This record gives sequence, structure tokens and C-alpha cells, in this order.
Amino acid sequence: MSQSTNSIDWEMVIGLEIHVRLDTMSKLFSGMKASYGASPNSQVSFLDAGLPGTLPVINHKAIEYALRFGLSVDAEIPSVTVFARKNYFYPDLPKGYQISQMDDPIVGKGHIVINTDDGEKTVEITRAHLEEDAGKSIHDKYDQYSAIDLNRAGTPLIEVVSEPQMSNAKEAVAYMRAIYTRVTHLGICDGNLQEGSFRCDANVSVRPKGQTTLGTRAEIKNLNSFRFIEKAINHEAKRQIKILESGGRIVQETRLYDAENDQTRSMRSKENANDYRYFPDPDQLPIQITTAMIDAQRAHLPEFPEAKIKRYVADLGLKLEDADTIANDLNLSRFYEQSLAQSTAAADFNAKFLLGEFNALLNTHGTAIAESRISADHYAGLLDELHAGTVSRKVAKQILDDMWESGQDAKGIIADQGLGQISDSSELTVLIDQLIKDHPEQVASYRSGNEKMFNFFVGQIMKQTKGQANPVQTKQILEDKLNNE
Amino acid sequence: MINLSVRAMSAMLESKQISVQELCGVYSDRTQAFNADTNALITIHAELNAAELLQAQALLKQGGHPLAGIPLVHKDLFCTHGVKTTCGSNMLAEFVPPYNATVVQKLSDQGMVSIGKANMDEFAMGSSNEHSAFGLVSNPWDLSRVPGGSSGGSAAAVAARMVPIATGTDTGGSIRQPAAFCGITGIKPSYGRVSRYGMVAFASSLDQGGVMAPSADDCGLVLSAMSGHDPLDSTSAQQPQFDWQKPKTPDSKGLKVGVVSAWIEDLQDEGIKQRTLEAIAQLQANGAELVEIDLPHADLAISAYYVLAPAECSSNLSRFDGVRFGHQTEHVTDLESLYRQSRSEGFGQEVQKRIMIGAWALSSGYYDAYYLKAQKVRRLISDDFKQAFSQVDVIACPVSPEVAFKHGDKSEGVSMYQADKFTIPASLAGLPCLSMPIGFTQGLPVGLQLIGNYFAEQSILSLADQYQQQTNFHLQFPEAFA
Repeated sequence: MSQSTNSIDWEMVIGLEIHVRLDTMSKLFSGMKASYGASPNSQVSFLDAGLPGTLPVINHKAIEYALRFGLSVDAEIPSVTVFARKNYFYPDLPKGYQISQMDDPIVGKGHIVINTDDGEKTVEITRAHLEEDAGKSIHDKYDQYSAIDLNRAGTPLIEVVSEPQMSNAKEAVAYMRAIYTRVTHLGICDGNLQEGSFRCDANVSVRPKGQTTLGTRAEIKNLNSFRFIEKAINHEAKRQIKILESGGRIVQETRLYDAENDQTRSMRSKENANDYRYFPDPDQLPIQITTAMIDAQRAHLPEFPEAKIKRYVADLGLKLEDADTIANDLNLSRFYEQSLAQSTAAADFNAKFLLGEFNALLNTHGTAIAESRISADHYAGLLDELHAGTVSRKVAKQILDDMWESGQDAKGIIADQGLGQISDSSELTVLIDQLIKDHPEQVASYRSGNEKMFNFFVGQIMKQTKGQANPVQTKQILEDKLNNE
Repeated sequence: MINLSVRAMSAMLESKQISVQELCGVYSDRTQAFNADTNALITIHAELNAAELLQAQALLKQGGHPLAGIPLVHKDLFCTHGVKTTCGSNMLAEFVPPYNATVVQKLSDQGMVSIGKANMDEFAMGSSNEHSAFGLVSNPWDLSRVPGGSSGGSAAAVAARMVPIATGTDTGGSIRQPAAFCGITGIKPSYGRVSRYGMVAFASSLDQGGVMAPSADDCGLVLSAMSGHDPLDSTSAQQPQFDWQKPKTPDSKGLKVGVVSAWIEDLQDEGIKQRTLEAIAQLQANGAELVEIDLPHADLAISAYYVLAPAECSSNLSRFDGVRFGHQTEHVTDLESLYRQSRSEGFGQEVQKRIMIGAWALSSGYYDAYYLKAQKVRRLISDDFKQAFSQVDVIACPVSPEVAFKHGDKSEGVSMYQADKFTIPASLAGLPCLSMPIGFTQGLPVGLQLIGNYFAEQSILSLADQYQQQTNFHLQFPEAFA
């Protein structure tokens, strides 16, 4: 990366810890509902509030989801997994400890392939463990108090820890995206970045290129956007290089990224870091992971984008670019495949229309495909009308708008508004015969070699039929009539 | 009336010789009369719970419920819905739980009627019941002496016949040692037999609820009702329901009883040694066969225990931070001072000491040397017992090397910890064990400990019951409380 004045070539080393909130109905240990956005402290059980005598009971769905993730990154799955307590005091941590995992995490070593500027790269995953989230501290609502909302306390997370193997911010983003794609495709995370369902801490250090030992790292906490993480890492690396080049020393510390001012600032240094006093949670027995449990989750593994792209190109004849766009967006690919199953239109035609006209419609309304007001079934219905030649692409666009507003299907709209293409050749022949009869001068002009005049006839027919005349048939009949007297 | 077994009281209730109100009234009066002497109870219910009385009467009408209408007290660390649960601490002086512990619920479902909450060493840490924010408890046999601890209030209340039944909890001997000091029977079941849900935790991997009563038969009846798998406690065992069967005869023929002779020979107190030998001779006379066993790692038990239990307690007691419930200091300047002051004011010295020891044993750099090593010792001790139980059915040994000592004679510390050496090994292994009265020395009760194999509560209770069919030590109580 950046060349410095004294010509040291620096290299970044980045490792990520990604927190994935599992999309379970209830919390990790309390059975309390775990939905986002409920009124403060309305989803708090006695356990979540840390009342004495309460005990944790594992939510098996979370175990299943974690296993599913492990399988999706070809990870080692242990036969026994153990919960541990991470002890520290904070008002949004009611028990005074977080139940997490230390020595025997549920997911061991795995790996994932990312796309970089230099082609594919395999990033190793060190581990992934289950843990409960803390509550939320709100410091800016009251002048004299901090407020605590315990709704989030106890919601299930997996923390995915990578090896420090990313060597620039773009790779870090690519890795984060790859994990994001996995967990959303697996159906174990809702992927909502704004709500904190997917957030990450980045460990960043720099070293002169060629050096094998790692530099001292700083940890940037709580990054929840792909854009911020790239900026934050680049900023942090610059800061470290500046210090090192002026003869300084990097302090191992935790830093926060301030997106508004594009800078990181120190939270705490290692010297006053917590000693978390991890130890196995004595309230829970070790959990046995059986092959039956693993096999059950293997059956839930979906097709991932890499495989999907290959299939779209090879079997469906999509262009690589279109295949890539659709396959990497879970909701888009779901919509696409559902419409494929419902429609007789060709797969590549469908893809073009989806990424063209339909996507333009979504953009106009600023709506994600998951919230589309047109269902995949209705969309498929429109494709069929196009395919059958009932409507032109132009009219189809108009129908899309109507479908969006009315919720009606394409057939209904075409029938109600009389938008069907006139493909009945006898009907068209009558119209064309009349046209030729009414415009003798233009006919003569065409026949004497003015070929441009042909478009005049097409235009007239379209005008008369309000664009519903099948253009191919219209042209064919016109050619017949005009060229053969 | 006041020295009847549970079965005898139940028969009187069923035959309407006495009503539930009358029976509970007798004991309520005794708690009022004798609590000034013993300080055994922290809370005495001014009125009995109407719902519990109705439940008792309904079950008596049905018949077949031997515990219906029998009064009891719960150690004050069992959460009782709507009733103060102090844990003997200023930290929880005003804490009123919004729910019942599973044990409390189960016994209430069986028609038992709660008449109060028993005093205890703060957060169950102590062996003398001198460490309660609600005052020390006195031993009914000699009010200048301790009742033992931490379930000292429960033991003293039963010994003074202020109540026929008390629940207790045992982490390293907290049921057995006070039972021995007060001349009653107390059982700590296998770890996992009784739900810990709603028991304020001291050391989660060791804590176990149990029963204290005059006789093994009483204990067996109550234990049957309070045990069983609880989906709210992940460590509660998936075992068939315990169902106490009282032996019909005192004949213990064919039973192999293990003894560690050196443990008895090394007893410094001649009186305890003599009573212990006599009791074992009685077991033999009942037909039991004595087998010498070896528990080579038991000497390490105290060291391991006083790393593991404080380590767990340092974490378990973190929730008492003055933020949501419990004592909150008035001297707050910032978050740090809220924590520091609330905890310094709310916790007593012994609790603070154990939190410090535990936090230190878990801290980075010491974890391997202390916590992990102690876990290894714990496994070795469990293996010793496994080996022993391949040869014997029950192990008989002393409960305590001493009788009840005078108030203030020992400050809590290493010397007091040493007195736990016979009770801690079975705790670390999670085995069922009980203490039963086997006579007196210098006017003070002596107990014998019986340890059984995992989930073999029936075997130790049977042996104790057979002993009690031949002796009457369990029926004796101090004259001052007649």
C-alpha cells in the first residue's frame, strides 16, 4: 500500500470478529421473546434481569443455527461444546457475567473463499462461538441518568473469528460480505445492519512488507456497515503508519470509529483492560453434539451463491454478470427462482427483464425486493403475457406500474384496459387494407423507392391501435400488401 | 405432640384428631416462644398462607398425601413468592422474590405449610451461623454454642422442635455439620437430585438442597416430594423419581459398609471417637459387613474446595451490584462508586473475603495453577469414591472432628475450614450423604455421616432408618424446649 517518504512499503494485517445475531424466536437461555424494536424492557424475564436463583436453559434452535453455520464454512465440529462465563461489571449486563464460550466453542477451524482483486483467496476461520448479547445502555436520553434497555440482554449471537489473513480493507469487506451471504442464505440471521444483526470488530496492525512477525494491533469496535469498515480500517492503518514513521510505538488498545469525522479514537488500552476471569459455566452441563444433530443441519444447507452462479450460467444460459447479481442477493434469487417455476418465459429473458424493467420499478419506489408489492407469481404472469406476445415490452412496463399500484395480476389489467396486443392477422389485414386505400399518395411514394415511407404506415397502425398491434405481424402484412400489388 | 414423626402427625390429621390450623398453631406458638433464645428464624409468618392451608385440607380430604398439613420452614435462600428472602445478608434485606423456588413450589403443592424462613450464614458461607446479617444463631443444646452452618437456623429450629421439618442447602457440609451439632438428621442428596431453581446460588456446581428433620424417615418422605427433574435447571438429573421406601425391619444383612479407619483413629475428641465406634458397631450388629476402604486424595479436598467454591461464588454474586435490586448505597458519585459502595455495605466480611479469593483464583495467570488444578483434584476424589463404591454400598465416617463450639471461639478462616474435612469430599464428588445423631459427649450431640453411591439415597436413608429403629438419639431434644 502507501509508499512513504523513507520508502518503507507497509502492509496491513487484518482479522475480523463478526457478531451475527441469530434469528431465533426466543433468547439464548431464558425462553423470552427476542424480537427487535419492542418497547424498552418489555421483553425481560427474571433470568434476563439477573434475579437471584434463576438459571439458564439452552435454546436448542441456537445450537442448530450455529452448527448450520459451521457446516457452511467446512468447519470442524466438536463432539462436546461448553459454555463459559465472561465476568465484568456493567449496568446493561445484569448477571455481572456474559455467558459465552472459551475453550470448547461449538464451531472450530473452518474457511471461506473470497473474491479479491488478485482473484480468489481462502480466509481461515479460527472459530465461532455462541454467546448472549448484553442489554443496551442509552446515555443521551436523560441529563442526569443513563437508561438501560434489557430487551437485547440474552439474545443469541455467534461470534465468528477469522485468522489475521486480510491484507487490505477491500479484502476485509469481501470477507465480511462472504460471511454475510452465508448467514443470510442459511436463514440464521435477518441480516439487518441498521438493527445491529450483523456487526464486526476489526483487529488492524501494520508491518513493513516482507516482515513475518505481526505488528501491535488495535481493535476497532462495533462496525455495522460495509462502507464504514473499509474507511475505518484505512484510517486506522494510516494512523498507525504515521506513528511508526515518526518513530513512535503502537499501543495495543480498543478504538471506536467515528463515522461523522472519519476517525478512530481510543476506548481503552490493554493496561486497563478487563480480566474477564473466564471459567466454565457451572449452571450448565457440557453439550454433546451428535452426528444425528449435525446431519439434521446438513439437510438444511441451501445452495450458496458460488454454486448458484455456476448453475445459472451452465443450465439456464444466463450471462455471468446477471447470474452473479442475482445469485448474490438472497431475496432476488428467491424471487427469480420462484418466477422461473411459475413462468414459461426463457430463463435468460426473465433475468434480463428482472434486472432491467423490474429492478427499475423497485428503484423508483426505493423498495427492496423482499418488500416488493408485486409477488413473484404476478411477475411470472406478466412474463407469460410478454412471452405469448399478448403485450409489448413497452406496454409491459406500463402494466408493471399498474400491478404495483393495484395489486392486480397482469391478465386482469390487460383485460380491463384492453391492452392485449392485436395479433389477429385478419384484424390487422382489415386495418392495413383500409390504410392503403386511404393513403394512395404515400403508397405511390413508397412504391417508387421511398423506403422511409414504410415507417409511416407502421406508425399509423400503431396510432390506430394505441400501440397494441403486434409490431412483427404488422410489418409482415404491410410488406406483403405494399410490395405485392 | 411436638416429638411426633411426620407419619404420626399425618395420621392424626387424616383421622381429624387435630386440624391443620391446630397443628401449625402449635408450632407457630413455639417459634414465637423460642426464637428469642435461638434466633433460628429470620421471618416468622404472622399469619399462615391461606392458599397453603386450603391446599393442605384438600389433599387431606383426598388422602394419600403424607406431607399435607405438616408445617415447615425454608432456609432463607429459597425464593418464596411475595415473602422476603434475605440469604442472611444486608444485600437482600428487603428482597421479595416474584417467584417460588422449585423446592418451595413442590412442597407447597404437597400441602406443606410454611411457618417461617430460617436464619443462615450469609449467602451460605460459614460453618457456625455467626455470619448472618440478622444475628447469630444459638444451639438449643447450649445457647452459648453455635448450631453449625450454614443451615444453622434450620438445624436449631428442628432441634428445638420449633418446627418438625426444615429445608437446608449443602455446598461443603452446610446440612450435615449443623445436623450433627444439633442432634438431628439431615440429608444432602446427589447433585442434580433436587432442582436448584430459585435457590440463591453460592457455588453452582456444589449447591444442593436437602432436608433436616428428627429422623431419616421424615427426611425420606420430604425428599421424595422435593426431588425430581426440573426443566428450569439444566443440571438437574434425568433420573427416575425418588420414592422413599421405609425398611420394615432393622436387618441390614448383606449390606457392605466402607470405613476409613484412620479417619476415626485420628479423631482428637475422644467422645466423638467413642460414639462413632459405637454407632459403627451398631450397624454391624444390625447385620452390615464392614469393609476397609481407601480415599487417597480426600486430604486434598479442602484445598480444592476453597478454590472452586469461592471461584464460583465470585461470579454468582456479581449480580448484586446495587443497580436493579438489593442494597444500593446512598454514597454514589459515579458508576464505580455505586458498585464499590453497594457491595462493600451489602456484603459481610466472610462473603467479601471469599469473593476476593475466588476472583483471584480465576484471574489470568493464576487460573491454571488454582482453578484448573482444583478441578483435577476434584476428579481424582470422584475417582477414589468410584473405586470405593465398587467394593461397598455405603461409606460411614465422622461428620465433624468436633462438637458444637462456643460462640466467638473461632474466627472464620483456615482453622474453621479445616473442620469441613469429612464433609467436603462427598460434596466435590456430588454424592448423596447424610448426618444422623449417634449420641452425646459432654452433653452435646454427635453425628455419623453415611455416604452413598450416585442417586442411592435409598441406601443411606435405609441404613439410617434401621439404626434409628434400634436407637432413640434422634428422638431426644433439649429439655429447655420441652
